[in-house]
Amino acid sequence: MCPPPTPPAPATGTDAERRDAWHKVTGTARYAAERTPPGCLHAVPVPATIARGRVTAVHADEILRGPGVHAVLSHENAPRLAEADDRTLAVLQNDRVPHRGWYVALVVADTPENARAAADALRIEYAAEDHDAGPADGHPRLRTPEEVNGGHPAVRERGDFDAAYATSAFRVDATYTMTALHNHPMEPHASTAWWTDGALTVHDSSQGSTTVRDVLARLFALPRERITVGSAHVGGGFGSKGTPRPQVVLAVMAARHTGRPVKLALPRRHLPATVGHRAPTVQRVRIGADAHGAIQALAHEVTTQTSTVTEFVEQAAVPARVMYASPHSRTTHRVVALDVPTPSWMRAPGEASGMYALEAAMDELAVATGLDPVELRLRNDPDREPDSGRPFSSRNLAGCLREGARLFGWEDRDPRPGVRRSGDRLTGTGVASATYPYLVSPSTATARAAPDGTYVVRLNATDIGTGARTVLAQIAADALQAPLDSVRVEIGSSALPDAPLAGGSSGTSSWGWAVHRACTALADRLRAHSGPLPPEGLSARADTAEEAGKESPYARHAFGAHFAEVEVDAVTGEVRVNRLLGVFAAGRILNPRTARSQFIGGMTMGIGMALTEGSTLDRRYGEFVERDLASYHVPVNADVPSLEAHWLDEDDPHLNPMGSKGIGEIGIVGTAAALANAVHHAVGVRLRDLPLTPDRLLPHLPGRPD
Amino acid sequence: MDRDGTAGPDPAGHDDRGDERRHGHGPGNSRHDGPDRPGESTSSTVLQVNGSIHHLRLDHRTTLLDALREHLDLTGAKKGCDHGQCGACTVLVDGRRVNSCLVLAVACDGPVTTVEGLAEGGRPHPLQEAFVARDALQCGYCTPGQLCSAVALLAEAAAGHPSHVTPPRAARAGGPAELTRDEIRERMSGNLCRCGAYPHIVDAVTDAHRETVR
Ligand code: FES
Ligand code: FES
Repeated sequence: MCPPPTPPAPATGTDAERRDAWHKVTGTARYAAERTPPGCLHAVPVPATIARGRVTAVHADEILRGPGVHAVLSHENAPRLAEADDRTLAVLQNDRVPHRGWYVALVVADTPENARAAADALRIEYAAEDHDAGPADGHPRLRTPEEVNGGHPAVRERGDFDAAYATSAFRVDATYTMTALHNHPMEPHASTAWWTDGALTVHDSSQGSTTVRDVLARLFALPRERITVGSAHVGGGFGSKGTPRPQVVLAVMAARHTGRPVKLALPRRHLPATVGHRAPTVQRVRIGADAHGAIQALAHEVTTQTSTVTEFVEQAAVPARVMYASPHSRTTHRVVALDVPTPSWMRAPGEASGMYALEAAMDELAVATGLDPVELRLRNDPDREPDSGRPFSSRNLAGCLREGARLFGWEDRDPRPGVRRSGDRLTGTGVASATYPYLVSPSTATARAAPDGTYVVRLNATDIGTGARTVLAQIAADALQAPLDSVRVEIGSSALPDAPLAGGSSGTSSWGWAVHRACTALADRLRAHSGPLPPEGLSARADTAEEAGKESPYARHAFGAHFAEVEVDAVTGEVRVNRLLGVFAAGRILNPRTARSQFIGGMTMGIGMALTEGSTLDRRYGEFVERDLASYHVPVNADVPSLEAHWLDEDDPHLNPMGSKGIGEIGIVGTAAALANAVHHAVGVRLRDLPLTPDRLLPHLPGRPD
Repeated sequence: MDRDGTAGPDPAGHDDRGDERRHGHGPGNSRHDGPDRPGESTSSTVLQVNGSIHHLRLDHRTTLLDALREHLDLTGAKKGCDHGQCGACTVLVDGRRVNSCLVLAVACDGPVTTVEGLAEGGRPHPLQEAFVARDALQCGYCTPGQLCSAVALLAEAAAGHPSHVTPPRAARAGGPAELTRDEIRERMSGNLCRCGAYPHIVDAVTDAHRETVR
């Protein structure tokens, strides 16, 4: 078969319709708990009700007499697992309780109702021990970790911060706090598992089922070939499904123990303690600038907490190594392990929290220097990455700030805070920058041309709502110079060629690179072929281990800028977002339609982070208080007003064949700072503790004049 | 293999249907409106869903949501919280939107419409078309609930139901409620979307509204 003589118009860069949209609007897209094999049992896990100690008795016998109960698993009888790298997966292996909410038993019954009732009734006795749930700030056991998330060094020093700060013309020294935040994807973590002749099949709600398969192989001492994990449709993850979570291990254990298929969907209220969260942070930022607003000294010092199960430290001070010229710099992280749930990835771990503090401090510096906050940022835009000294592969923060200012109408802004009042409403505007690193991982993919002129591209990418199915087809169509609808893309199963997880905003770049390579190779083979194709067609395979794994001499990041207008009710303290506008420079945008959805989705989560989402760690009990969606306030439609996402085209030759950077996370980075800065501009008081809920604002508001 | 490229990894060859029959609680021959004997924990129930009649023997604790998902294999309605806090399970009962996780199936006595039943005569509902056209979804897990909610919203507005943001004068005047973006936002706020598709959902409802009043 010959390729068509005139290649079709490029598919990338067009608004191709989301390929699974019709499945999703008709209810036919099946998620992990929605494929029920015959004879399937239902499992409900039982969380510990002490903050630290040991399980001394599990009264399984009382439960096993109840209706429909097939099994009660606990450390006494659960299958033994091989050593796990991630110790949050070592469930039911011993009697230790490392934090409240840790799973100590699993009830398996014939119906969801019987399983739930039995799990509620299961009596467990404990030997409680004194626990330590913080606070982290000022804790005597605070220490500097070896490295923080992403493999970054915990501490970096450049120049002499203390001396440069002491002699700076303008100084800001401010401490910002954030509560824990919870991912809460709309689909709670779920798995369905069954064994057939020693082979294991699992449907798991996961961001990457190749990893799930590999981890299960290790834990259950099975060859990978005997395990198939599917994640065909995933109801969001935002990091919390990035690696396997306890539910999949429990479901597999229960299926092995009972010899029956088992389905397990975590109750919403369990998620805060069991699937990871963004840990609370205390961030001190000090910036010293000269008389012209040029930053001389910058220190970003982060204090946070982890659990005793495993260490996870958000790299919140790392953006300060990237963002602004800073001849003298100190960026540090300290952490203490407490008897609390284990934190993990949540959308833009590190950048989201760190850029809140840094960008709020920049606003304070703008006020101190009397400079416009956009101008201040432009003056400190570096031409090399400050920490590494490497040139940027592309950096268009300045373009984002300028274009955002233009679109938003920033120019005529009156900088005076607290002066725009109409009735009970105080209004203000704020700006903040955004950044997210370009990440890429090796992937494999295959491409096949069939004699009928169609193509099939196969790899285990995961579409957690990003539009991966769609954009990969676009990349394939262009590499093959074929019409978009002649390309089918198969993803979402570990039976397909191995691929990395959907995380770190790296999916499109990682998977797309392998797809591009496989399709380019296939196109070459097709050109070299004469006559009709053999019945099995022609195929090509790609593995990007070498090129995607290579170190780059460039600093590679996406950038952006958020502009916000808020309205604060001077009587109730309620903050409403009037407008939020983001401009991003994130490489080449391959599908504007799905990209826009991701940008505004990230920005929406940023509204939650700034204004509505707060989580209280009750130190007496070592548990999060707001565990359900009635008390933990995910933004609703009425919280999200006019929201605009724009982008600047970037042509960066140092990335991958598509020229793409990541777009899934940058939308949440800086949003909270833009909003908090706008709140300051509205009310004239600097509030540094998120979220900015009415109770925090009220003491500072003028109220209603008598 | 689905059209959307879902590999459907099911090497064991299981079909995708629910397991209602296999639990031995299939439709019985007797049709009671209550427990067969006092003290029993199941009842024969008739559910009318998307135009079909289903005879089921259900645990009294079974919610309408679980009856749909676990017994009828209608997994379009989603379980986001099981506590009436997210709207993912929204379906229509007698044309009104309800959180099906808060309704006991044995107490459900109206015809039920789920997302699987929104299309009519093979034609998708205008809201389904608008959701696709506006990319009013990402992961899709909230989407069936959003759609059912939006169907009811259009009917509520047409019937003149005011909302929290309806100006008092307009509310008093009666007549169909004007569906501004603010109105739609308010009326769709019982359906959470963690992916943040809200602005596109408002676009889609606006489009479908225009289509239906034309
Ligand atoms: S599942 Fe019913 S409201 Fe959340
Ligand atoms: S589309 Fe994912 S929760 Fe709404």
